[in-house]
Amino acid sequence: MRKLLWAALGLGLAVIYFPLAVVLLDSFNADTTFGWPPSEFTLEWWSRAASNEGALNALWTSVQAGLAATAIALVLGTMAAFALQRYRFFGRNPVSLLIILPIALPGIVTGIALNNAFRTILGIDLGLLTAVIAHATFCIVVVFNNVVARLRRMGGNLEEASMDLGATGFTTFRLVTFPMLRSALLAGGLLAFALSFDEIIVTTFTLGTGMETLPIWIYNNLFRPNQAPIVNVVAALLIVASTVPVYLAQRLSGDTASGGRL
Amino acid sequence: MTAFFYRKPKLRLGFLLSPPLLWLGLAYLGALAALFVTAFWHTDSFTGQVVVEWSMDNFKTLFTDAVYRTITFRTVGIAALVTVIDAVIAFPMAYAMAKLASSRAQRILVIAIMTPLWASYLVKAYAWRSMLSGNGALSWLSPGYGVTATIITLSYLWLPYMILPIYAGLDRLPDSLVDASGDLGARSFRTFRSVILPLTFPAIVAGSIFTFSLSLGDYIAVKIVGGTSQMLGNVVYDNIGAANNLPFAATVATVPVVIMLAYLAAVRRTGALDNL
Repeated sequence: MRKLLWAALGLGLAVIYFPLAVVLLDSFNADTTFGWPPSEFTLEWWSRAASNEGALNALWTSVQAGLAATAIALVLGTMAAFALQRYRFFGRNPVSLLIILPIALPGIVTGIALNNAFRTILGIDLGLLTAVIAHATFCIVVVFNNVVARLRRMGGNLEEASMDLGATGFTTFRLVTFPMLRSALLAGGLLAFALSFDEIIVTTFTLGTGMETLPIWIYNNLFRPNQAPIVNVVAALLIVASTVPVYLAQRLSGDTASGGRL
Repeated sequence: MTAFFYRKPKLRLGFLLSPPLLWLGLAYLGALAALFVTAFWHTDSFTGQVVVEWSMDNFKTLFTDAVYRTITFRTVGIAALVTVIDAVIAFPMAYAMAKLASSRAQRILVIAIMTPLWASYLVKAYAWRSMLSGNGALSWLSPGYGVTATIITLSYLWLPYMILPIYAGLDRLPDSLVDASGDLGARSFRTFRSVILPLTFPAIVAGSIFTFSLSLGDYIAVKIVGGTSQMLGNVVYDNIGAANNLPFAATVATVPVVIMLAYLAAVRRTGALDNL
């Protein structure tokens, strides 16, 4: 039975990683139609991608959107985590449901709801700002989950001790609460950034026309045969890059309780 | 000033809670409500502008037109199948991670499962497209682009979303309960059915919320590997873009919302929402 379970885990991981390995390998595949198995390898696509203006611009847009959304999510997610973890109040359950709603509802619903609200109701033109607002909405829950897990573990004793010793609320926050939260915030922030960086559906509906984040650039170039090799390189790069925030977040958070959370 | 806040916990709570509530409650819920309202309007067929006139016409079209009924059933069917496939594949994997692996191996395995989660959705769908293509790595067993390819691709895409909550659930399950069941004479299957499954059920449901919801709203994977088949997401997308009919798109979008809210309401009692 144990052997069978190990085999299932191994097989599952192999299936998860096989397509990613194919993409990595194909980014060096000299054949533009990606015949399998690759007959020849080349570095040409990598050098061409490095000077591809569309991809680089898209990367910059993605970074801007990701950073801004993460900053908003960090503030709002942390506030919500404190409120829900430290207080018992009427309507606490609906509020926690509200926080997970943006990721529990399909992305397309969030996307067109915000698109409709911006364009039809508020009369705002779509741009980078509208995409940031949309991204922040579904990033809040990631920060929230990480901070809640940490608050649950650390309790309120140290803060009370600090207050008893005469520290003001602000000093306590600066010297006690924040240092204990720091790694959870960093982990939540990294995951929120990764989530925003990879998002495509909500972005499609909330980003201004003519603007591209990296996933949207990939999508727009996916079906152009002569761009395929460069798309492959960008894809391979994203696979490699995505390991960094996940690895760091895991090291930082150190909560096995949050290990299974998003 | 801080002391003032400290003595007034209600005020402190209000200060903490109002910004996130304003953002999510007013902006997000407001947008959702507005979307639902828009679903009752229609566009002027001549100018293409949204006309504020209340009618049930959009809903009538949605419910009576056979095309939309087929697409709705196909979408729900695909989402349900993807969820079941993922649960069946994820459970043994999560069990091996939570109960058999050493704590060091556990951390590495969690990272190994989480990494592909953030490795671009498109890249993975695209990888399946090239693998399932005529000369790709899996061409020998490829069913061709269509519903089957969509189910395979979606199951692949959302698998980590199922593994992680189940892993967390199993990790919380004390080993002693499994041992006790064995000591009382239960075989492994009996232990699984009477002890492990009931206790990890909320975690499985938590995972299913992700896999079900993500499949329900998907329109990109089906465009990449689905051939000509459409899902609800495609109808919404096409009505916003090509057809420029936002009210009807809103009408169609209420279908996944209603299904998801019903699903969330149904699973609330299992405690699944605390496992998200």
